[in-house]
Amino acid sequence: MADTQSNELKVREKQEVTSPAEQTMPGLIFTPAVDIFETEKEITLLADIPGVKADDLTIDIRDNTLTLSADIAPVDSTDEVDILVECESGRYYRQFTLGELINQENIDAKLNDGVLRLSLPKVEKATPKKITVKTG
Amino acid sequence: MIYRRFFNVPTWRFRSPLEELYRMRQQMEQLLESAATPPQREAAGVLPLINLTEGKDNYYVRAELPGVKGDGLDIQVTANNLAISGERKIAAEEEGARYHRKEREAGTFSRMIGLPGEVDTDKVEAKLENGILTIVISKAEIAKPKQITVK
Repeated sequence: MADTQSNELKVREKQEVTSPAEQTMPGLIFTPAVDIFETEKEITLLADIPGVKADDLTIDIRDNTLTLSADIAPVDSTDEVDILVECESGRYYRQFTLGELINQENIDAKLNDGVLRLSLPKVEKATPKKITVKTG
Repeated sequence: MIYRRFFNVPTWRFRSPLEELYRMRQQMEQLLESAATPPQREAAGVLPLINLTEGKDNYYVRAELPGVKGDGLDIQVTANNLAISGERKIAAEEEGARYHRKEREAGTFSRMIGLPGEVDTDKVEAKLENGILTIVISKAEIAKPKQITVK
């Protein structure tokens, strides 16, 4: 019993962003949960952004800062009455500082079932060249 | 009567004095319970968190389930209950990956939701799109509002 209990997902409140800058648009902004891991060749970022279509997602790298921002399409519920509202929806926004140089040409982003998978390949280090000194 | 006048307390003639203590204990428990749960948030505290809305003919249940596949979900409807259960899996990454952040979680979830009225169990549609589960449940014929014209 204890084993099955530990596997159960706990509810976590969506993290609301306390404004990166002052807002000009109405609506809530949330911080998506992410996994970031690094291998020899690349850095991979996985983010949970349910409700986002591929077109509404913006990924931007500028001066070592990676910015994720995503809009969600509002639910078409004109003639519906709310009975129970447990989770609010809104835009997603999160910024990361990249420690390493990224090869911006080969960035790969996939969006599947509300999970973004972003592959950021590292810039290959310049292979050390051996210089032979000639005499003569 | 003399007894009552002497001691100036109501007598417990038929009730046991313990009963009174039980009643007090019950009241204390109710008080503690209501203090523990803040009134403004009525979420069940069970995943998935849902939004339930009502249309003219349907109930709509929406839940955020990023990374969950359709075949990993089990949805069952009875006359006025909806059960959602499933598992969220996160595939293991290749070896040698060094994690800097690990905020996403995998695990199982299950939830039972009481619907406000009777529903037609044959007319239920569920779809999973961009990590959002939408279940459209048709109300039972008797539960649908009927327009009545005044003559």
